[in-house]
Amino acid sequence: MSQKIMIEQVTRIEGHAKVSIILNDDGAVQDAQVHVTQVRGFEKFVQGRPFYEMPSLTARTCGICPVSHLIAASKACDQILAVRIPTTAIALRRTINLGQIIQSHALNFFYLSSPDLLLGMDGDPAKRNIFGMLDKHPQIVRDGIRLRQFGQQVIERLANKRIHPSWIVPGGVASPLDATTREQILSEIPEVLAIITRTLDWYKKSLNNYQEYIRTFANFPSLFMGLVTKEGRLEHYHGNLRVSTARGSILADQLAPDEYESFIGEAVEPYTYLKSPYYKPLGYDDGMYRVGPLARLNVANECGTPQADQELAEFHCLDKGAVLSSFHYHYARLIEILYGIERIQQLLNEPDILSDNVRAHAEVNNLEGIGVSEAPRGTLFHHYKVNEDGIIQSANLIIASGNNNLAMNKGVLQAARYYVRPEKLTEGMLNRVEAVIRAFDPCLACSTHADGHMAMQIEMFAPDGKLLDTLVRD
Amino acid sequence: MSPTNSIKTFTIDGKPVSATESETILDVARQNGVNIPTLCNMDGLTSTGQCRLCMVEIGGSNRLVPSCVSKPEEGMEVTTESPRLLKYRQMILELLFSERNHICAVCVTNGNCELQSMSQRLGVDHVRYQYLNPQFKVDGSHPKYEVDHNRCILCGRCVRVCDEIEGAHTRDLRNRGINTLVITDFDGPWGESKSCTSCGKCVHVCPTGALAEKGKSVAEMAKRRQFLPYLVMRRKGASK
Repeated sequence: MSQKIMIEQVTRIEGHAKVSIILNDDGAVQDAQVHVTQVRGFEKFVQGRPFYEMPSLTARTCGICPVSHLIAASKACDQILAVRIPTTAIALRRTINLGQIIQSHALNFFYLSSPDLLLGMDGDPAKRNIFGMLDKHPQIVRDGIRLRQFGQQVIERLANKRIHPSWIVPGGVASPLDATTREQILSEIPEVLAIITRTLDWYKKSLNNYQEYIRTFANFPSLFMGLVTKEGRLEHYHGNLRVSTARGSILADQLAPDEYESFIGEAVEPYTYLKSPYYKPLGYDDGMYRVGPLARLNVANECGTPQADQELAEFHCLDKGAVLSSFHYHYARLIEILYGIERIQQLLNEPDILSDNVRAHAEVNNLEGIGVSEAPRGTLFHHYKVNEDGIIQSANLIIASGNNNLAMNKGVLQAARYYVRPEKLTEGMLNRVEAVIRAFDPCLACSTHADGHMAMQIEMFAPDGKLLDTLVRD
Repeated sequence: MSPTNSIKTFTIDGKPVSATESETILDVARQNGVNIPTLCNMDGLTSTGQCRLCMVEIGGSNRLVPSCVSKPEEGMEVTTESPRLLKYRQMILELLFSERNHICAVCVTNGNCELQSMSQRLGVDHVRYQYLNPQFKVDGSHPKYEVDHNRCILCGRCVRVCDEIEGAHTRDLRNRGINTLVITDFDGPWGESKSCTSCGKCVHVCPTGALAEKGKSVAEMAKRRQFLPYLVMRRKGASK
């Protein structure tokens, strides 16, 4: 008798999703699917709008990583203008992008995932959250809040607004950096560096506690994709794409992001509104790849900042080839926070960072623009076509979380097979399945977005539709 | 006629005031520091009474009158604020919001918009009417400016400034009621207009983001309207 278990909603993620676990006649887990349950229609409703509104319009996809959309959209618009934006504007965009990555990674690690890691997967769901953490591990919570605050303040200080700033514009940025702001940010760097260093020290020591999760949380071979510099360094703003294999070898390097359509396909599955991108040369399914912090650290030879490079060397030793377990997204996130802080320091010390020349102006010179950058969750693609008047004719967005869709589904199946015992459902079993999704830190808000109360309900149905078992979390 | 006959004395909100023959109730109110809400009115342009926000109560009459086009009469008692007036003014703004797509968060004039600030002033914090969500095409054919009818409130300032100040009369209105649309020449693309001088006056008198400079990001389109009283003053000086 086949049955179906639903996890609805998946909690402590950004956006709405539910999970179906399908059992076969013997009661064993046969399949699992992550359903992203809302459609948003950005690509449709931006049609007819002037292209220079795109950064602000698409930033509204998400309240967590609006800066990522502002960056990718503005880069696409730079191409429509056909301008080479001032170098100071690039450095400032890089800085704010790193502020975004720091705050988003801190949000996932400390607010969303640390309750699983420190309070236990089977802990009381009512206390397995940031407030429960505050009771048991106040210092870690304080560190997390401070790191997130630092990232948010980088955004606010540069762009005057933490969420949905309109400072990143086609052609550059709206206003230059002033010396006081620069000093303010630089003065806080030693403190946040100390925080991330002690967090990494603690986390690395505790890795032994998580061996089971490391083994079972989306731990399988896949491709990895991320931007790298010409030298193969970690890159979040410019650069070209590198695809590497599970063994750690480079499959394709320096792929021009502008040509993404030649190597990335987008499959549509009937059970979810989220598309399933894949690496075209290997075909659908085999071309499954992962993006985001884990993938970026897997494909990069080095970070280019001293402390992060030491950490990356250790990280690369976790596996013989690429680091395959998605549990290590957490680890990778911490290393990227460290990198982000160090890199912001480098950027703010660049000689022309206070230059007033931060914006190029032009009219429509190209009818097409593609902007690609690394968002906290992975590679983000914005692709626009405009008419001669600059009015958007079509838009295609590949959201970072979408890139991970195939791997996330496979990871959920792996965890469900390992943990779910349908004869006696427990909340802890299903929380482990959710925790796999959390490890990917999917920003489903970006592709589907809904807000409000996130309750979880798991229902087990008999083939005739009869409800056999229900588990509800408020 | 003796000079005394040309001066009208009346009250605004209980305060005794006086007006010359050419002055409207709105003019006198402003001279006396009473700030009657308006959206279509603009110093230097002909008043047309289009937006109806400046409606006031007249003692002894149940009928509201638009103060921008109404002359005071001797002994008239004008009331500029009352629960009834507030209710109607709020209703007018709500109807404006429901007719077109006024999404402040992504608008070029966010923070510089008269519709937005007027709504804040009059406490319009929700819209009771169904949004019509029309889909007007953005005209981006002009090299410097764009017109987005989705943000237009049909105040007619652009039509008047183009006609009365620039003298080009490039703009006009087509259709009636909520189907009214500001047009360029004979309803062609702005970029192909033969009469437009690209002076930009229409852009700067527009109270919302309907007319804006191209390439502006959210909240970047601040309107500069100092030119209007200056031009009017120069014109009056020249005609003397």
